[in-house]
Amino acid sequence: MAALDPIRKAIRSPRGAGSAAVLVLVVACAVFAPLLAPYAYDIQNLPGANTEPGWAHWMGTDEFGRDLFSRIVYGARTSLTVAISAISISVAAGLTLGAMAGYFGGPFDRAVTAVVDLTWSFPEILIALILIAIIGPGLESTMVAISIAYLAQFTRLTRAQIMALKNETYVEATANLGAGHFHIIFRHLLPNALTPVIVAGMLATGDAIILEATLGFFGLGAQPPTPSWGAMMSSGTAQIFIAPWIIIFPGLAIALTVIAINLFGDALIEALDIRNRLRSS
Amino acid sequence: MISFFIKRLLLLIPVFLAVSMVIFMIVHLVPGDPIDNLVQINSTPEQKAALAAKYGLDKPLYQQYAIWLGKALSGDLGDAIILRRPVVDLIALNLPHSLALGALALAFSTVVGIGAGALAAIYKDSLIDRTTMTLILLGSTVPGFWLGLLLIMLFAVQLGWFPVSGARSWDALVLPVLTVGLGGVALVARVTRVAMMETARKDFVMMLHAKGVPPWQIELRHVLRHALLPVVTILSLRIGWILGGAVTVEFVFARPGLGSLLITSLNQRDYPVVQGSLLMLAIAVMLGTLLGDVVQAAMDPRVRERIK
Repeated sequence: MAALDPIRKAIRSPRGAGSAAVLVLVVACAVFAPLLAPYAYDIQNLPGANTEPGWAHWMGTDEFGRDLFSRIVYGARTSLTVAISAISISVAAGLTLGAMAGYFGGPFDRAVTAVVDLTWSFPEILIALILIAIIGPGLESTMVAISIAYLAQFTRLTRAQIMALKNETYVEATANLGAGHFHIIFRHLLPNALTPVIVAGMLATGDAIILEATLGFFGLGAQPPTPSWGAMMSSGTAQIFIAPWIIIFPGLAIALTVIAINLFGDALIEALDIRNRLRSS
Repeated sequence: MISFFIKRLLLLIPVFLAVSMVIFMIVHLVPGDPIDNLVQINSTPEQKAALAAKYGLDKPLYQQYAIWLGKALSGDLGDAIILRRPVVDLIALNLPHSLALGALALAFSTVVGIGAGALAAIYKDSLIDRTTMTLILLGSTVPGFWLGLLLIMLFAVQLGWFPVSGARSWDALVLPVLTVGLGGVALVARVTRVAMMETARKDFVMMLHAKGVPPWQIELRHVLRHALLPVVTILSLRIGWILGGAVTVEFVFARPGLGSLLITSLNQRDYPVVQGSLLMLAIAVMLGTLLGDVVQAAMDPRVRERIK
C-alpha cells in the first residue's frame, strides 16, 4: 500500500525503528491490558501497601497495596484512549473549519481566524482548565477539553495548506469543469492538505498525553479507581518519602511514550519531507 | 515605538472582552442555579433572593456581564465560598508568588537556553552538542509536574538541600524555577542553535572569516546577535506557555500562587475564586505576550511596520 511507504521509510532509520518499537509496546499494553497485567488494577491489599519493587510486584505497590505494574498497563489504556480520541476529534474539526475558512474566505474566515488567534496565545493547560471549570471534572470532560485546546492548531495549519493549494491550476480546471465547492474541498483540496495535519496530530497526541496526565494529577481528570498515569502520581505525592516508586514508574511510562511519539513523528516528517509545510502556518 | 505600544495595547481590549465573557459565563454554564454556584449552599430562599438582587442575577445576561465586569475592573470579584474572604484578597496574597516564579523562570529559560543553544551551535556535532540536544528532547517531552517531583525526591528528600514545598524562604524557589524553566530552556536552546547555524552560513559571516576576525568574536558578536531575533520571536509567542507551566508547578510544590488557587478552587467548586484566578491568569498571559511583542518590536523595525 502506497500510504504505508513513508512509515516504512521512517522505520528504516534507527530512531524511527526504536521509537516505533516503544509505541507498539505501549499500544499492546493498552489493547491486551487484561492479559498482560498480573493483578487486577483495583484490588486493594492494605497489609501489602507501599511494598518496594520486588519479585511479586516488580514495580512495587501503591498506598492501597495495588500492584503498580498492573495499574500502569491499564493506565496506558486510559491515556491512549483519551489522547487519541481527543486529538482525532480535534483534527477532524480543525480540518473542516480550516478548509472552509481557507477556501471561502470572507467573514467566515475572519471569524474563524479571530477565534483561532485569540486562543493561540493562551497555553493549552489554561484553555483546558477554563473548559473543565465549565463542564466539570472527569475523563469525558478531559477529552472535550483537550480536543478544544488543540483545535486552533489544526484549524490554522489546515487553513494555511488550503490557502496555498486553492489557486493551483488543477483546482481552477476542476472548477471550470463544473465541480461544486464541496467536491473541490473534499475530493481535491483536503486529500492534498491532509498529510501535514495528520503528522501534526500525531505529535500533538504526545502533548495530549501530558495534558491528560496533568489534569489527572490535579484531580480533575480520571476519578479513582480508574488507573491514569497522572492520577497515580498525584496519590503518590503523599508517599514521596517512603514509596517514591509510585511517582517514578508512571512518570517514566509517560516520558517514554511521549519521547517515542516525538521521535517517530520526527522520523515521519523526514520521510515525508514536509518540515516546511508544517512550519508554514 | 510608543504608538506601536498603544496600538498593541488597544488590540488587547477585544481579546480581554472575549476572554472575560467566557470566564463570566462559567457560573451560568455549570449545572445548577448560578446563585448556588456563587454563594454557600443551605441559604434560605429569602437570602437567595437578596443575593440574586445583589449580584444582579434578576437582570438579563448582558447586563449581568456588564455589572460583573464593572465590579471586576474596580477590584470587586465577589467573596470566596469556602474561605469566606473577598476573592481580591486571595489574589493579592497569591499573585506575588506567581509573579516571582514566572519572572525567574522566564529569565532562567532565556539566559540558560541561549547559552546552551549557542554552545551547541558553536561546537556542532560534538559531545556538547549531542548532550544539549538530548537534554532539549527530555526537557520538551518530560511532563513538568513529574520533573518537579523527581527534583523534590533528589534535592529535597535525598540530599535535603532545598525545602520540599511551600514558600517560606527564598531557597524554596530554586526547584520550582528549575522545573518551570527547563521546558523553556529546551525551547530557547533549540531555536538559538538552529538560528545560529543558519546565520553562520550567510555571506557576511564568510566575509568576516576572510578578513581574519577571530572565530569566537564572529560567533559571539555577529552570529549570536543575528540569531537572537528568532529567539525573541519564539519567546514572545510562547511566554504564555511558560506561565502555564508555572500553574502546574505551583501545585506540585504546594506553593501559594494563582495556579494553586485555581486548581484548589476548581476541586472545591468555589466558582468566584475560579473566575477571579482565571481572569488574573488570562491577564498575565496577555500582558506577557504584549511584553514579548514590545521587546520584539524594539529589536526589529519590520515588526513595528507590520501593525500599521
